[in-house]
Parts: sequence; structure tokens; C-alpha cells
Amino acid sequence: MSQIKKSFLLINRQAPYGCSAARDALDVALTASVFEQDISLLFLADGVFQLLKDHQPQGIKQKNLSANLAALPMYDIDQIFVSATALQQRGLNKDQLSLPAEILDDQQIAALISRHDQVMSF
Amino acid sequence: MIFSLLITGAPYSSQSVTTAFQFASTALQQGHEIHRVFFYADAVHTGSVLATPPQDEMHIPNEWQKLAQDNQLDLVVCIAAAVRRGVLDNGEAKRHEKPAGNLMQDYQLSGLGQLVEAAMISDRMITFAP
Repeated sequence: MSQIKKSFLLINRQAPYGCSAARDALDVALTASVFEQDISLLFLADGVFQLLKDHQPQGIKQKNLSANLAALPMYDIDQIFVSATALQQRGLNKDQLSLPAEILDDQQIAALISRHDQVMSF
Repeated sequence: MIFSLLITGAPYSSQSVTTAFQFASTALQQGHEIHRVFFYADAVHTGSVLATPPQDEMHIPNEWQKLAQDNQLDLVVCIAAAVRRGVLDNGEAKRHEKPAGNLMQDYQLSGLGQLVEAAMISDRMITFAP
């Protein structure tokens, strides 16, 4: 069982606050890392907002997600991919992201999805 | 093929739990195996024995239970997501000093490790999001 190693792609489509999807996906990523699986994260659509710096969610009684995201490299989760289209549509650029990430166009995203064993979507 | 299902939408609020049910039923009919069904986020309400839909609507918790009984399915409800939202088994109810547990029989509370393990074992993990 423990010798099984699969590649997981977790697709994040939702903004960091407003629903629990972002936190749910992070919890899955950290758990998969404990099982020593190969993990990649893809941020699409409003999911790119998760990667912005300086979240201040105290006003809406939420825990800050940035700290959890910042901890990802400590769990050896450093395969972070971001949709160029999603950034462009929202007027964002790579410098505004809190983690080193690879920016992919739509064709590269299709290839990324197809090369993973398991895909989960949040 | 061996499938596992990840469901995150709430029963009755989102179609996702029902679509997942139809997918699971059809996959089983066609001879595929379902290794595990994992109820996460708002989908944890699927495990509530207290759900009381009108007579002429699908009883989602019961339908999953019946499918599980007929096919020896593993229905796992994420414990962290469930306890937060007020879905507790008797053990958790006692531990948190609550008046009663409300998790339906044939559903089990367990951790995210069960989701990751399902993905490791299965050929395909299918997500049913809201």
C-alpha cells in the first residue's frame, strides 16, 4: 500500500474565502504529502486569488489561508501551476503571487491534467 | 475499472450528490468496482439520519445507504468536515458531550487519509463538486 506512488493534481477554482473549497483542497494536499504522493496544484479561474499576498480575512471571521499556502514547500509541495488566462482576465501578474509558480497557457494546462494519475477538483 | 468518488456539494442544495449517485449506480451496473465514496465539505450532510425530505422526493441519505448495502460500498464521511457541520457518530457525540449522534448506519466517519488511500488504490477518482 505505502509503496504505491501516484501523481495527484488538485485543481483550485474558487476564491480563497466565501466557501470552504480552498481550505479543503489544501487539507487534501497536506494529507497526500503525508502519504508521500507526488502532488501538483493548479490554480484556475477565481482560484488564482488564493495566491495573492497579504490576505486579511479577520474582518469576515476567517482564518488566514496565506500561512497554510506558505507552508506548502515544507511539505515538499512545490509543483504550483497557474493559468495565464485566469491571471490575464483578472488583471493580475506573476509578481503579485505569494508562491513561485509556473504560468501555463490553456494547451499546457490540458497536457498537465492528462499527465497526472489522479485529478481532484475544488 | 476501479473508481472512487469525491463529493463536495450539499445534498438538496446542489445536484452533485445525486449526479454522483447516478454515476455510481450505473458504474456498478456496468460491472465496474467502486472502491470508496468520500463525502467531503457540505456533502457530509448526506450522512445525516435526520434528513427528512418530502415523500415525493428522492431520499438521498437512504438511497446511498441502500446502494452501499446492495454492493458492499464503503461510504466515508470526512470527520473534520462533519463534526464542524453537526454530523456526529455516537462516539463523537459522547466525546464532545452532545445529546445524540446523527450519523446514519452504513456511513463511517474517518479522516482525509481515506480519500488519499482511495486515490492511490483506484484507477480513477471522480470529483462531484457543487
